[in-house]
Amino acid sequence: MGDPALSRRGFLAASAAAGLGMTTLTACGGDSDGGSSGTTTIEWWNISTTEPAKTVWAALARKFEAQNPKVKIKIVQMENDAYKSKMTALTSSGKLPDIFHTWGGGVLKQQVDAGLVEDLTDSTKPWGDALLPAAREPYLIDDRAYGIPFDIGMIGFWYNKALFRKAGISAPPTTWSGFLDAVRKLKSAGVTPLALAGKEKWPGMYYWAYLAMRTAGAGALQKAYEDKDFTGTPFVEAGEHLEELVGLQPFQRGFLGAAYSTPTGQAAAVGNGKAAMELMGQWAPVVQADAGKGLGKDLGFFPFPAVEGGKGTITEVFGGGGGHALRRGAPQAAVDFLKFFASEATDLELVKKTGVLPVVPSAERAIADPNIKAVQEQLKKSTGFQLYLDQAYAPAVGQEVNDSVAALISGSKSPAQVAQSVTRTAREEQ
Amino acid sequence: MTSTFLPDKRTGPGAVLPPPAEGRAPSRARRRALNWLTAVGFQLPALVLFIGLVLLPMLFALYAAFFRWGGFGMPSDYVGGENFTRLFQDAVFLGDLWRCLVLVVLSLAVQLPFALAMAVLLNQRMRGRAVYRMLFFAPYVLSEAITGILFGMIFAPDDGFADQILGKVGLEGLGGQWFAEPSTVMATLFLVMTWKYFGFHMMLYLAGLQAVPRELTEAALIDGAGPWQRFCSVTLPLLAPTLRISVFLSVIGAIQLFDLVWVTTAGGPDHHSETMAVTMFQYGFKRYQVGYASAISVVMFGISLVFALAYQRFVLRRDLEGATTTMRGDGK
Repeated sequence: MGDPALSRRGFLAASAAAGLGMTTLTACGGDSDGGSSGTTTIEWWNISTTEPAKTVWAALARKFEAQNPKVKIKIVQMENDAYKSKMTALTSSGKLPDIFHTWGGGVLKQQVDAGLVEDLTDSTKPWGDALLPAAREPYLIDDRAYGIPFDIGMIGFWYNKALFRKAGISAPPTTWSGFLDAVRKLKSAGVTPLALAGKEKWPGMYYWAYLAMRTAGAGALQKAYEDKDFTGTPFVEAGEHLEELVGLQPFQRGFLGAAYSTPTGQAAAVGNGKAAMELMGQWAPVVQADAGKGLGKDLGFFPFPAVEGGKGTITEVFGGGGGHALRRGAPQAAVDFLKFFASEATDLELVKKTGVLPVVPSAERAIADPNIKAVQEQLKKSTGFQLYLDQAYAPAVGQEVNDSVAALISGSKSPAQVAQSVTRTAREEQ
Repeated sequence: MTSTFLPDKRTGPGAVLPPPAEGRAPSRARRRALNWLTAVGFQLPALVLFIGLVLLPMLFALYAAFFRWGGFGMPSDYVGGENFTRLFQDAVFLGDLWRCLVLVVLSLAVQLPFALAMAVLLNQRMRGRAVYRMLFFAPYVLSEAITGILFGMIFAPDDGFADQILGKVGLEGLGGQWFAEPSTVMATLFLVMTWKYFGFHMMLYLAGLQAVPRELTEAALIDGAGPWQRFCSVTLPLLAPTLRISVFLSVIGAIQLFDLVWVTTAGGPDHHSETMAVTMFQYGFKRYQVGYASAISVVMFGISLVFALAYQRFVLRRDLEGATTTMRGDGK
């Protein structure tokens, strides 16, 4: 009687080994400099496997080739998860592609520490410094730039203006106590204040992460991870604030079993007007309209409120985006391509055609949607930044945060226990 | 067993081309060697695949269970039995074991008797018998993932089919949060499992019932046995081999339960429906603590193995001996 679970496990090992073998091969064969003919071929690894981005990006590569006749760009596209595992294998093999997708944060730092990533601080200074500061943040390591962004986004509250009016809330709350008041008002008006996908855990984590940023300040989550200590008072306080919210029973009925994007999930509850708010990223309006009816003009956006007495401010942002980094020793043409890709002309096209938020401030005129504009306003004003925890932290620590916060929300862990479990997992991850 | 079922070279399908160069029949020893070689030749591809894709990965998982390993490169950080001590202090894993036991007990106490009752019922002469049999067996054919998505929708609180129907017939009180509530999630899950698997066990029992000789039941009838007595003293004992196999499959299935749970609840809310396989998946593929996940898979394998061996040794022994009388004295 074979154990399928075990063979599945073995399959992972086998495919990991196979992937490793294959990537070493490509790394050996993929030498970029053409040599005699004078043309340079650069490999560009990205994860834009879906339309319209796939076509738009390929067209941009052709455009760059037309402008630089001696450069050829070879696009290698991979689906998100496949890319992540392949890059992990490549990092341990010691050679990365010329231009590669990065989310910044902990993973990029790991690659930088291994000496595999080109320091772009000086070579991109003239144009790189003009990019949106919040967008550049994930790729700054010890104040040196190791990546150039092409997309940026943030988490905030998406709310139903009509339901807010019904509950007599005149303006979106800016403080945590104001927020709790709004929740109470919505409840007494017979409206479900918040939609939450309890089954998926990560949407619940946003609350804790933002509360921790507000109580401990923007840099605290990163510092706690590096110090492997989340037991400081502000982190416990963050849990206590979340407990206050949970105590008001603000979530939709059966939220513990709800998914995010299904027809009975979090996004649909807001999109169909059944719940007044959700804490979600800039992609929320699209998913709301996809899983539910969508709110159209009734949809609004406000940043996560400040917590009274906390070190953080309302202008500190929790989010992330996408960017490109170069392997150490990549040809000059690769730097030129990054410049081309972060130019106003390219960004206008990206914003218009692929719906990303602009990283070049002047490209914001291409934004048509008022909600996306509202997110952009917040990002422009941002005074601090925390990258999504699953990119900033090792996977096990990120998952433990999700898991512990989910336990807090369902009432089986106390704020102090959340801080302890996360700390314990952070310490286990050498 | 290798040489016995091979066709004789002179009479079997291979007889078209008798060895023409040899004037005399090959010696007995030679023939045996040849047979042996043929057997090895035929088995080699399967054997290589089995060793490479089943045996080696299993051994590798056992090896990896003693390391702290992220799943990439080779494991190098040896931690001894740490993964296992951590496992047996992990409240979630201990809960997995408990939930596994609950599912086994529920399956044996509710699902299998229900399947048996249906089988006995559908073994009677009745109109539309084949239709009922097909209907009850149909859920088993459905994939676990589809079943999960389907019941996720049916049991969605308020909007779901289940709550809507209960509301329409004035039984709102019976509705609830199903998968979304820690206290009801296991019951809901078991309901879906029963829906999905009872038809399979029912089919097994039906096949077993067909093999019960009519003369015996008739003899019992003539002796004055009532229906209940006939069932207990004639049908049930003759059905015992089928029952034993069905119990075995049910228990192994409960130990390895994954797909249905992953799709409906992902182990939630708050680990209240998590199984060993789900915990293993979480650690292996979400947290990339592959060493720890390997330790879970090793324990799962151990439990399955111990159960399978003990069950075969103590419960299935008579059936196995009956089925393969020629093997007696070969093993053990």
